[in-house]
Amino acid sequence: MRLSVQQDSFDLGHEANAFAAGITGAGAVVTFTGVVRDNGGKLAAMEIEHYPGMTEKAISGIMDQAMARWSLADALVIHRYGRLVANDPIMMVATAARHRADAFAAAEFLMDYLKSRAPFWKKEIGADGSEWVAARDEDEAALTRW
Amino acid sequence: MIDVMYFAWVRERIGLPRERIETDAATVADLIDELKAREPRYEMAFADLKSLRVALDQELSSFDAPLAGVREVAFFPPMTGG
Repeated sequence: MRLSVQQDSFDLGHEANAFAAGITGAGAVVTFTGVVRDNGGKLAAMEIEHYPGMTEKAISGIMDQAMARWSLADALVIHRYGRLVANDPIMMVATAARHRADAFAAAEFLMDYLKSRAPFWKKEIGADGSEWVAARDEDEAALTRW
Repeated sequence: MIDVMYFAWVRERIGLPRERIETDAATVADLIDELKAREPRYEMAFADLKSLRVALDQELSSFDAPLAGVREVAFFPPMTGG
């Protein structure tokens, strides 16, 4: 299990390959990557703030739950903070399990919890000012399915 | 003494990321009342508790939670990770 909260960018291909190479006994690897949307060309930058300390604690807790619930072979979460621009990767999740259903379900579970329970806040900087991204009710509601 | 931290627009409205506060507040709600009575910028930041979340010692908590033994309180809007 690996968690990295980092300012630097990451290479999705490299991370996915390294994750897959480190696994034994799994027949399924799922990866998900979140990317900065350009809002129709209007986004100048996205600033991501987080709560150092709580971020790592909260995500580790979510990962422990996923590992136990789906008996995963391994899990990886990378989440960035700081100033990003359109098309930059924001975060990635990877899960490995014996069969694909567990790997997909665990990846979705991790994503749903990261959205609403990991202390990150996104601010979109545009040409005409900046705005904090509001949490969506759908994201909170998504937690009830788990 | 308690460390109080603010994130995202809460930090912007109050104008600082953290401060140490001498308080006898029994609960989070009592602490919020104390802060609101200080200055309008606090009153503005805490105007709508439905749009706020609180963490006690880095665990999500609730406004009626007691502050006894707590070292770090953080106020922030609903999280937008992922």
